[in-house]
Amino acid sequence: MLAQREHVLIGQQREGSPWTGLWAVVAKEMADHLTSVRMLILEALIVLTASGTVYAATQSLRAGAGGSFLFLNLFTTAREPLPAFVGFLGLLVPLIGIALAFDAVNGEFNQRTISKILAQPIYRDALLFGKFLAGLGALALTLSAIWLLIIGLGLLQLGAPPDGEEVVRILWFLLVTIFYGGIWLALAMLFSIVFRQPATAALASIAVWLFFTAFWGIIASLLAQLLRPAPPGDTLALIEQVQLELALARISPNTLYAEVALATLNPAVRALGLILPIQLHGAVPGSPLPAAQSVLLTWPHATGLIAATILIFALGYVLFQRQEIRA
Amino acid sequence: MDEIVVECRELTRRYGDFVAVDSLDLTVRRGEIFGLLGPNGAGKTTTILMLLGLTEPTSGSVRVLGLDPTRQPLSIKARVGYLPDQVGFYDGLTARENLSYIAKLNGIRGREMQERIREALEQVGLSDVADRQVRTFSRGMRQRLGVAEVLLKRPQLIVMDEPTLALDPEAVREFLELIRRLKSDGITIMLSSHLLHQVQAVCDRVGLFHKGRMVLEGTVRDLAQRVPGGAYRIHLEAEGGPAVEDALRRLPDVIQVTCDGAQTYHIEARSDLRADVARSVIEAGGKVLALSADIPRLDEIYARYFQKKEVAYAGAA
Repeated sequence: MLAQREHVLIGQQREGSPWTGLWAVVAKEMADHLTSVRMLILEALIVLTASGTVYAATQSLRAGAGGSFLFLNLFTTAREPLPAFVGFLGLLVPLIGIALAFDAVNGEFNQRTISKILAQPIYRDALLFGKFLAGLGALALTLSAIWLLIIGLGLLQLGAPPDGEEVVRILWFLLVTIFYGGIWLALAMLFSIVFRQPATAALASIAVWLFFTAFWGIIASLLAQLLRPAPPGDTLALIEQVQLELALARISPNTLYAEVALATLNPAVRALGLILPIQLHGAVPGSPLPAAQSVLLTWPHATGLIAATILIFALGYVLFQRQEIRA
Repeated sequence: MDEIVVECRELTRRYGDFVAVDSLDLTVRRGEIFGLLGPNGAGKTTTILMLLGLTEPTSGSVRVLGLDPTRQPLSIKARVGYLPDQVGFYDGLTARENLSYIAKLNGIRGREMQERIREALEQVGLSDVADRQVRTFSRGMRQRLGVAEVLLKRPQLIVMDEPTLALDPEAVREFLELIRRLKSDGITIMLSSHLLHQVQAVCDRVGLFHKGRMVLEGTVRDLAQRVPGGAYRIHLEAEGGPAVEDALRRLPDVIQVTCDGAQTYHIEARSDLRADVARSVIEAGGKVLALSADIPRLDEIYARYFQKKEVAYAGAA
């Protein structure tokens, strides 16, 4: 059967654009997302945490904690018992991503709408990509709204506008957060293609997320110790081990995202990972990095997040193209 | 009009070792209602999916409206309406919203879209419930909404997969009525069903499927003649009492005689025995009051055909 398909794909040219009908799909899916109860709950949840943590942060900041970069501190300042807003984001963004897509394709099968939709003059490409774009759009919309809410709260509570540096950092962080969500969106969509039951797809997505959040760090450290054993006193071997552990840990999107959050929201961070004292020669400790330098520092992370999103989406795309549509 | 709308030549589709459709030859002409009939798993749905380019043939050729479904799927799908088996809808949306999504996927927008939606809803008699959520619709209404979706694109050919399945008898009657109206508008219709007797009334021609092959093709009357042994049902109203009944039973080719009431007899026979029945009633001293025969039922033709072929499958509905 695969050979057949390849024959068709290579030997013949399809007529028309694969994006015919894309915007109709995006508009419909977007409308579905924005009016769905699921989205309402998520929005309520995220607005609640945002206003709660940021309000707590402004209280701390007014009390005199934190120095320069007040607006960045809004994201990162924690006050007992609440963690900082970035801490919540690491949890909420995957949740939104998964919630937006875990029934994207199998939902159409279960509603028995798939064959009817694909019998319209569109390609499967348009349906899948439209669903992904709509999810990403809904995610971007929600996150942008939250960001504006936070800045608004900051203006009201702190009484000072953010400066240019801060705006660049906040926007960069927003962009990276959207793509971090994109990974989970693409993953949930992939599982919605693989599994016929939406509940299974949701559970599988959450399992992957949990694996990377809770276990990947431990596994990376164990693997590093196993592959690059460092006898006591051998500093060089130890450095190699730590570097391997870091490289392994960065396979997890959570690690990448956490590092971006750290470097973007804390201008004092000049490097991610291991730094030797020699490398710090001549640096003024604690002096902030310009925003452009921080963006540069996290550029590989952002590229990694986007690449992972594209890879996962591509895998789902191939599987969807090969799927038999009869229910 | 004799234009060919659908043409399949030696169309074959395999799933691994399983042959779903086995070198199918099929021709459907403009304005016809063609029935793809046969039990579940006989290859009807696979054939339909190949016509629409939703599944690729393993070998053989398909032409729909002169186009090739694997090369020109968009042109075909813009001209051919497909009503799938138990069509689904977005339950949270209204009938109108469901229709407008389909219209937009077909590139129909704005006033043109509103106009076509109004027209389609009117044609299937759902204008009054256009703004109700589809989750409140009965099965019959959903089926008609499915037809409305198909009509939106003003198709030249409509393909329906098991359209009468799970409808109550009244809804089936209404639905078949709708199909006849569409035919009178000049639309070619192909429909598949395993409920042979339900659709035989509307089909101009039928093809009987069995294990991926189309074993019989033609008008229902044709088939009855080509498959000897298809049962004829003769209804007789006659005076004369038990003597008449005995005489009827003695006729050659009679399978069964049942009597309900004092004067009404139902005779099941292997051939059209109306003349012999009338004669034997008179010879037995009775009086013929009424005499009529049913067209042979397709499912019986089908069953007989396979009994003859010693195929285990018997009875389609």
